[in-house]
Amino acid sequence: MLALEQLAIAYGPHTVVRDISLSLAQGQIGCLVGPSGCGKTTLLRAIAGFEPVSNGRITLQQQQVSAPGDTLSPELRHVGMVFQDFALFPHLTVADNISFGLKNQSRAARRDRVKQLLQLVGLPDLGQRYIHQLSGGQQQRVALARALAPEPRVLLLDEPFSSLDAELREALARDIRSILKKLSITAIMVTHDQFEAFTMADMVGVMDHGNLQQWATPYELYHKPANRFVADFIGRGVLLPGTMLDSQQVETSLGVFNQYYVSDARTGDKVDVLIRPDDIVHDDISGVTATVTDKSFRGSHILYTLALGTGEQVLCLALSHHNHSIGEKIGIRLDLDHLVMFPRG
Amino acid sequence: MLKAWADIWRWSVLVPAFVLALPVIIVFGSLLSPQPEVWAHLRATVLADYVINSVILAFGTGFGALLIGTGTAWLVAQYQFTGRRVMEWLLLLPLAMPAYIIAYTYTGMLDFAGPVQTTLRQWSGWSYGDYWFPEIRSLWGAVLMLALVLYPYVYMLARNAFREQSSSLLEASRTLGMTPRQHFWKVALPLARPALLTGMALAMMEALADYGTVQYFGVPTFTTGLFRTWFGMGNRVAAAQLAAMLTSFVLLLLFLERWSRRKIRYFYHGQRQVNIRRRLSPWQQRSALLICLLPVIFGFVIPAAQLTFWATETWHYTLDQRFATLVWNTFSLAAIAAVISVLLALLFAYAKRLRRDLLVQAPVRIAALGYAVPGTVIAIGVMIPLAWLDTHIDLLAEEWFGIRTGLLLSGTLVALVLAYSVRFLAVSLHSVEAGLDRIKPGMDNAARSLGCTPVQVLGRVHVPLLRGSVLSALLLVFVDVLKELPATLILRPFNFNTLAVRAHELASDERLADAALPALAIVLVGLLPVIWLARSVDQRSKGNS
Repeated sequence: MLALEQLAIAYGPHTVVRDISLSLAQGQIGCLVGPSGCGKTTLLRAIAGFEPVSNGRITLQQQQVSAPGDTLSPELRHVGMVFQDFALFPHLTVADNISFGLKNQSRAARRDRVKQLLQLVGLPDLGQRYIHQLSGGQQQRVALARALAPEPRVLLLDEPFSSLDAELREALARDIRSILKKLSITAIMVTHDQFEAFTMADMVGVMDHGNLQQWATPYELYHKPANRFVADFIGRGVLLPGTMLDSQQVETSLGVFNQYYVSDARTGDKVDVLIRPDDIVHDDISGVTATVTDKSFRGSHILYTLALGTGEQVLCLALSHHNHSIGEKIGIRLDLDHLVMFPRG
Repeated sequence: MLKAWADIWRWSVLVPAFVLALPVIIVFGSLLSPQPEVWAHLRATVLADYVINSVILAFGTGFGALLIGTGTAWLVAQYQFTGRRVMEWLLLLPLAMPAYIIAYTYTGMLDFAGPVQTTLRQWSGWSYGDYWFPEIRSLWGAVLMLALVLYPYVYMLARNAFREQSSSLLEASRTLGMTPRQHFWKVALPLARPALLTGMALAMMEALADYGTVQYFGVPTFTTGLFRTWFGMGNRVAAAQLAAMLTSFVLLLLFLERWSRRKIRYFYHGQRQVNIRRRLSPWQQRSALLICLLPVIFGFVIPAAQLTFWATETWHYTLDQRFATLVWNTFSLAAIAAVISVLLALLFAYAKRLRRDLLVQAPVRIAALGYAVPGTVIAIGVMIPLAWLDTHIDLLAEEWFGIRTGLLLSGTLVALVLAYSVRFLAVSLHSVEAGLDRIKPGMDNAARSLGCTPVQVLGRVHVPLLRGSVLSALLLVFVDVLKELPATLILRPFNFNTLAVRAHELASDERLADAALPALAIVLVGLLPVIWLARSVDQRSKGNS
């Protein structure tokens, strides 16, 4: 459906994005996350046709749309885009905004399409309003309806929730996902917020400095990060130093753990083990204790920062009624499903 | 206690606002005493000419300014070409050139004995009557002159409007299947329409108010008709009635302008966009530069060069003691008017800030409408009540003290300063209010909570923050007074001349070269606010890139 092959984008001598390969099947929602300046928006704009590529190619439904020196104009690509500032036309009504991209259709057909889309995004009665009469969330829905109206081959969303209130974001992200799924729209979204990415996407790509660090499902990203950057960027956690006892066992200040898959680690190798807050279970009867150095109340849970006897710090997510004060020693137990570790260089 | 204070603020606004609104009230009040004979005469002879010529003048100028202003603004806002940064402010230069001065200059260059036709005859060997040459002293000549100096009104507003259009709008259009050209007609232009209409309405108001150009070109319009009816036919009431008609036209335009401005608020979020200007091929770059240069060359460079040439030829006898007196008269008059106008603006702006009720807001807004009213109309509206006052003061003084006071008000600078205050209050008020808006009420509270008394707040917070806008208000009014012609011509005391009046008199006597020195002086001082404007434009575009 949508495929990027060894794609690179450069401004003059300065390469912004390099060697990116990824693909989405029909109806899949992909998401690019990464810190600002990582090249994710540039990549999106290249798919839309606003940026030429310096290497590799982009294909849409088996049609090549971008290759070095050969960029199909945005208006000929049939891609829909939702912009960060929505870019709605303030001189047109909601209905006229939505029908803006509908060409070569009868007036009645356009009216029906607008009605259908307004219904879809849940704003059936607002067709005659002007943009400045809408709330931010409503504008977002109109922007989506406008992009979907000409039945684009792929929908691009550039930080679509960044100008909205936090409480609105998640609800809207879920709504939009269910709309896209219902219509089986292939979409790719850019965001710097990983939770938005987890809510929306089937596949998530983590980018840094123009490189795609990992392209995987949200579950895999969290539990099987491909490298330190992904481990650090996605979710919370600490890297606990450890030493390999043999190719399977690693010794850390929290004890000795087994890893079940074969690695090329050798006895005596220094490694870092990824410990997520949910890997450490608060257990009053455990013999291993740690000192509470900080706590942050999260409603149903409390996130503790604990200092181990050796001075290392780990995070622990405990149920809310296990309320301990700073300075207290509490019992902990490690509950690791699988081991994620990176050789220490 | 609080009640008494409130009253002082109200009265300190109501009384001056009433005085400033009086001229327009008088002019419209004249409609209450019908003058059927004069009107029958006017209708039978010249009224149709006045109406038709004024309408053609206003719309011709409006469309001319729209075309030049929009085209150049689109080029500098959307495309990257060599010289673009310089063009951005060069395009403002014709603002410094009053229409009546450009009119004399082009007449001197283009009439039968002027350099253009003389050269043409030398080249071709033709003599008088052998060829056709467009007559600059005509209605269309006046339209051309006015459009050449008034297009910056459209240009400034259009450039801001185009620049504030987010570049993602163009991208949105393209993902929806529009070419860049379709985007211009379907999105960019409709979006800029309120700004374009506002600029066009301003240019049209100036065209309707123009007296110097049409009088010199001999085109009968409302403003020249006012003069004729007042001084030629000696009928003040009929002149005032004509003035009321003219003012109604202008108010119609003012309504259009206000209505368009209201929409601007919805169309632009006011946030400056980081726009990537589109690159052009070298050949396209040269054409873009040429298109932008044309209005500057014809609207400023050529007339300024001609004036300089004439001035260098004549300065050895025009630059004399009389010229020094002329400059002194003009500058001191402009300075007095500027100070008074800014003091009034400060009074009104503070009253509006402290009392947010309609009884203060409404009079201030009405008093500020004067900028839309043509100078000739204001002059008539000032003359009538002051002459009436003079007559009565004179009578009373003779009755009680046995002395004659003569023309105490209407024949002195009082009349002029009053007229300028009416006409230019909006200019100073706009500047001062913009400055005062920046001082948020929270700042007053913050200063008070840090231990300042109200007077200290004024001295330590308001004065330093307002200084810039007060200075710019002074400068703007000063220059506007310097350029003002029709009201000065009617209201000036006997034997009191200003640069503008002197230039007009000399030009009317066909002493064009002698008129160059005062005209050049006006243009040079007129450059000051343009430079100031250009600098603020430059700073903003620097902040943008």
